[in-house]
Amino acid sequence: MLEVKDLFYAYPTGLEALKGINLTVDDGEFLAVMGQNGAGKTTLVKHFNGLLKPTSGEVLVDGVSTRDVSVAKLARTVGFVFQNPDHQLFSESVEEEIAFALKNFGFEETVIEKQVTWALNLLDVLEYRKTSPFMLSGGERKRVALASILAWDPNVIILDEPTIGQDHQQKEKLQQFILQLNAQKKTVVVVTHDVEFVAECNPRVILMRQGKVLVDGKAEKILTDPELLLQASIVPPQITQIFLELADFGLPTDVIDVHVATKVLLNRLRGQS
Amino acid sequence: MAVIKTNDLTYTYPGATKPSIEKVSLTINKGDFVILTGPSGCGKTTLCRCFNGLVPHFYNGKLEGTLTVAGLDVAEHQIYELARHVGLVFQNPENQLFALSVEKDVAFGLENFAMPREEMRKRVEWALKMAGISELAERPPHELSGGQQQRVAIASVLAMQPDIMILDEPTSFLDPLGAEKIFEVINDLNKKLGITTILVEHRLDLAAKYANHVIVMDNGKVALTGSPREIFSSEEARLIGVGIPKATKLYQHLKKNGVELKSVPVTTEEAANLLREVLKNA
Repeated sequence: MLEVKDLFYAYPTGLEALKGINLTVDDGEFLAVMGQNGAGKTTLVKHFNGLLKPTSGEVLVDGVSTRDVSVAKLARTVGFVFQNPDHQLFSESVEEEIAFALKNFGFEETVIEKQVTWALNLLDVLEYRKTSPFMLSGGERKRVALASILAWDPNVIILDEPTIGQDHQQKEKLQQFILQLNAQKKTVVVVTHDVEFVAECNPRVILMRQGKVLVDGKAEKILTDPELLLQASIVPPQITQIFLELADFGLPTDVIDVHVATKVLLNRLRGQS
Repeated sequence: MAVIKTNDLTYTYPGATKPSIEKVSLTINKGDFVILTGPSGCGKTTLCRCFNGLVPHFYNGKLEGTLTVAGLDVAEHQIYELARHVGLVFQNPENQLFALSVEKDVAFGLENFAMPREEMRKRVEWALKMAGISELAERPPHELSGGQQQRVAIASVLAMQPDIMILDEPTSFLDPLGAEKIFEVINDLNKKLGITTILVEHRLDLAAKYANHVIVMDNGKVALTGSPREIFSSEEARLIGVGIPKATKLYQHLKKNGVELKSVPVTTEEAANLLREVLKNA
């Protein structure tokens, strides 16, 4: 469980990035953190694995304050996939990249080998096993970064903008994959701007604005409230935009999913004809 | 009038075993707004690097076939000559920004053109304003957020007022409203100044409405080319895994269930208007 209590954080430059955050993420929850650029999303999630320590207030991971444990120790529980894979990748080959953390955690060679192959397969980068991560495309590097975290099977997985640079198919796979992780009772926290992605997953959403949590609730409630979204610099999903336009026909306005949308429209059309 | 023309363009990076792009033949006309899309690793970025001469002059490797950009044969002209015509906004802004202030970064290209100081100042101010970052002029780029850096990268290319602007996922770090604003800026430059625009993008939901030409690449080759409506409603695009806008998807789902709208919508406005007609008559 992640508990954030009255968290304030100021960068050494004096910039106050977080101004009193209170938030609890239960085990097995799927949370999307959304909001405008510079709202403090990444700063917030960097507290979850102790990369940043609170200026005041506290962050507890499974009841233990992040001030009292090293990042190395926290990492075993909380895996963090960076927004920019180039901030994370450094090894000579994809294989070494993924094995790196496993070696640091002291896993045995045979386990490492197994986990590396498993993670490479999972993220569809097996063919690049011996390739340098820097020879790969942006989207592929992103997947290698993700594979390197999943390899040690942390209980909490934080993904900062996972869909950036991913094509449609990879995004669909990623979505399946995140939902699957979540079904296995992993806690998943995703920082994202990708409204369509969130609309398809329908997780719990918090909207952030200027270092504070603006609202906390289900995706279908939040993503269909244009005024709220505007404050967080988000636009509603396409399906919602269409239904908002058609509000005068008495159709529901809290639709985010294309399948639900189809059903609603068919019912209306068939019911009246 | 063709501003970019390739014929059987094939390129292999040094040390690579197979070409990254293969027998690419395409024409882009002056003033076009092109979306270049396709699965990750399909060669989009490599093709863009050909357009401004980074391939082959910076990356070396083996370039075959012909490529003319703004009337120049790319194989025969250096990057600095092509830079007068083609501006490239990189996928990762950190690969592009290096100066100690935003202003200096944006001015860099102009300095290299030996532009007079006063004119340069005006141009930089204009570019910063267009990209919505006037207030960041004095800030060091490496201290900015990903989204802000992306705007700086765009401003530094805008400042050069190129004939052709290539943007490789230019809004990937931006929040949706910020992305929409950048697309509006790009669209304005395309429509008002006639700058030919090539946008590499996966998120077609956001970009589709601005484009008149979509090129889909797959496995190093051009798989499909046409208007957004033609591409999004084609079965091939779905099979390649192009992300069809939700407005078009809704059309497809309804059609499968026996409700056919009058035309294929690409934007939410179009979809809403088409649905309005059907709902009125129901």
